[in-house]
Amino acid sequence: MIAVQPTKSIDARGMACPGPLMALIGAIRQGKVSDVIEVWSSDQGSKTDIPAWVTKARHELVSVVEENGYARFSIRKAR
Amino acid sequence: MEEEEETLSLVLFSGTDDKLSAAAVLAVGAAAMGRTVNVFLQYYALDAFRADRISGDHALSPEATAQQAPSVKNHPGTHWSELFRQAKEVGEVSVHACALSMEMFELEKADLDSLVDDVEGVAAFMADATGPMVFI
Repeated sequence: MIAVQPTKSIDARGMACPGPLMALIGAIRQGKVSDVIEVWSSDQGSKTDIPAWVTKARHELVSVVEENGYARFSIRKAR
Repeated sequence: MEEEEETLSLVLFSGTDDKLSAAAVLAVGAAAMGRTVNVFLQYYALDAFRADRISGDHALSPEATAQQAPSVKNHPGTHWSELFRQAKEVGEVSVHACALSMEMFELEKADLDSLVDDVEGVAAFMADATGPMVFI
């Protein structure tokens, strides 16, 4: 996986479901097309919710990187 | 999200914080995924949406055991009223107060939190409730 420099990083660790997803949606809405938003989440629900929302909203899931106790999701705003 | 998704109708009856939280999570998830959400507030749920009580303690439902209650109360989740607010921000979510329950508790629209859009009779609510309906 090629490392992509995020336009914005959100540390949503410790937030309960669906907090990290809502933080991502807010950042995507405020951003510009082709911005890459990185979300750090320790919420188990994010593993399914973020990919499901990204597909539904037709953005691009660039990468998911598992860290110790959390995951880093990179999403490119596609439209 | 141009693809048309099925409307989700949530009928809220219970006014305890745990059930309202569960309902709010469904509302925000459905709204995020592009579904229109219609919420109908009846009985104790309507009372919980009173402007002067919405942030207060609404206790837990009877199914919460003494052992489970602390886990629910101590969980650092977002308050259900804030989740409904987020749901309205990300999607098409309308919250209707049941006219019968309004009368029962002698409430006026002005007594309710601004999350509540209007007061509706059951038939008007049903007119928009075309998809699945969840009763909580």
